[in-house]
Amino acid sequence: MRAATDADPVVSVRGMRMSYGSVDVLTRVDLDVRPGEVVCLLGPNGAGKTTTIEILEGFRLPSAGQVRVLGEDPATAGDAWRARVGVVLQSWRDHARWTPRRLLTSLGGYFLPYSTPECPRPYDVDHLLGTVGLGEHADRRIGTLSGGQRRRLDVAVGIIGRPELLFLDEPTAGFDPQARRDFHELVHRLSDLEGTTILLTTHDLAEAEKLADRILILDGGRIVADGSADELTRRVAGTAEVRWMQGSERFVHPTADVVGFVRQLFEQHGDELTDLEVRKASLEDTYLAMVQRSEVPTTARLQEVAR
Amino acid sequence: MNPTRHAIGLGLRRGWTEFVLSLRSPQDQGFYLFTAVGTLLFLWFNRDNELEGTGLMYPTYALPSILGALLAFGVVIGPAFALAMEREDGTLLRHKALPHGMQGYVTGQLTFHSLSLFPSLLTILVPSFLLFDGLMHGGAAGWFTVVWVVVLGLLATLPLGMILGSIVPSTQKVGTWGMLPVVVLTAISGIFFPIQSLWGWVQGVAQAFPTYWIGLGLRSAFLPDSAVTLELGDSWRTGPTVAVLVAWALVGALLTPRVLRRMARRQSGSQVEAAREASLQWVH
Repeated sequence: MRAATDADPVVSVRGMRMSYGSVDVLTRVDLDVRPGEVVCLLGPNGAGKTTTIEILEGFRLPSAGQVRVLGEDPATAGDAWRARVGVVLQSWRDHARWTPRRLLTSLGGYFLPYSTPECPRPYDVDHLLGTVGLGEHADRRIGTLSGGQRRRLDVAVGIIGRPELLFLDEPTAGFDPQARRDFHELVHRLSDLEGTTILLTTHDLAEAEKLADRILILDGGRIVADGSADELTRRVAGTAEVRWMQGSERFVHPTADVVGFVRQLFEQHGDELTDLEVRKASLEDTYLAMVQRSEVPTTARLQEVAR
Repeated sequence: MNPTRHAIGLGLRRGWTEFVLSLRSPQDQGFYLFTAVGTLLFLWFNRDNELEGTGLMYPTYALPSILGALLAFGVVIGPAFALAMEREDGTLLRHKALPHGMQGYVTGQLTFHSLSLFPSLLTILVPSFLLFDGLMHGGAAGWFTVVWVVVLGLLATLPLGMILGSIVPSTQKVGTWGMLPVVVLTAISGIFFPIQSLWGWVQGVAQAFPTYWIGLGLRSAFLPDSAVTLELGDSWRTGPTVAVLVAWALVGALLTPRVLRRMARRQSGSQVEAAREASLQWVH
């Protein structure tokens, strides 16, 4: 194993395929995640987001392809590798009799043998409880926490070992707007202050736009788009819509060159124009365009295969 | 710092925490109370029955067997349920995501279920000694026998519970896969009536499993020597008792890590998610 440098991707996947029996969930996935990046995996239900992330976590074996996470194959990587990776799991009813403080102390303990002076592990439990906003609930029974509080505890459990790479699968599903905002701040803080590399999946486009340095759109078992929210939006033809009234008639025209088009409009019609409005294409438009474009009629949309 | 030893230390502490939390939980207190009251009532209503030709009262004869059955039952069904449930609720997955987490988890399970044996046996043993006379004929040597039979019984049956919990498809199936065979086995193991009253082949089946031997070992500790005539071959068969229990313990120690590893390999988030959805359908 050679020492990782900054140039080495944290996650590197080439030609990853996954099939359950005769059903192909992932047909060919190639992706890279660089150190310190926040990458969001976006895609419709059944696109293979969860499968992808579970392969990278080492919880599932791909049918084919090369997978490297922190320089190792997650399927065979050992406990020292495990100590550098954080996984945020969705809790449900586990540890109901425990308290957040007790659980974090217990689970955090496993990282102690992997502590180094540069990277002391695990985080201090009280500090972490404060960071995720559970300070005042530290000694309550977990079974009595609200849904949002539980999810914050899940995040705390995922990052207790000060991971270099953090996986989050639909972290904000079921959050109220306040909890969602708090969570976004937490992700920013992890990424900015700790330099944690983060890979998350979501359905929520606004969330992807807000959090991610880079967005990957997964559809039909492969990556159909890769870039920042801006880049992706620019890539779809007609990134803006110009609407105007001319007399009593309403016009709509999609264009990539808003300034040029509007100048021309003024030159041609001048004073006749009323109600001019320019609407930039949203990430949502882009996403729908990308997903539709990749759609092959024969590709059956799969339900998330739960096995 | 050796990570494996460290994880086992964390597991021991986890088991102790689970045990303390269980003692404080009204649900578990209720379970212990229910088992104890049920057993004591059964013995109380049979307190004047004398076993023919032995001069032994029924509670004297039945108590050691019942303790043996509770041990075998609790130590198999307890971990089976716990493991099946914690596979579904994500407890196990959380540990799988930790370095050496599975070692800590399994240590925690073994610790917790071993400790849980104490309240379940003591809640019956202590009131029984207050309510009935002449229960222990073996004296100090008898108590010593109780200790080694319980320890060997634990080692022989605990792995079975872990294996069962690893292979059942869902928590709901622990009843059919686990409870049913264990109840049948208990019924034919000479707990409630002497094993001689059963057909020969049934006696053979019973003697292949640990439950019968745990009961026999405990009877040899509690009962007077004259009661040996109620046993097969008119002997306490101490040697074979040790041999059978040790054999089961060895098989368990060899097999359990493999089964656990195989089960853990298959754990993933979508599995937990599927179980959650299935359980919500059960509720609604």
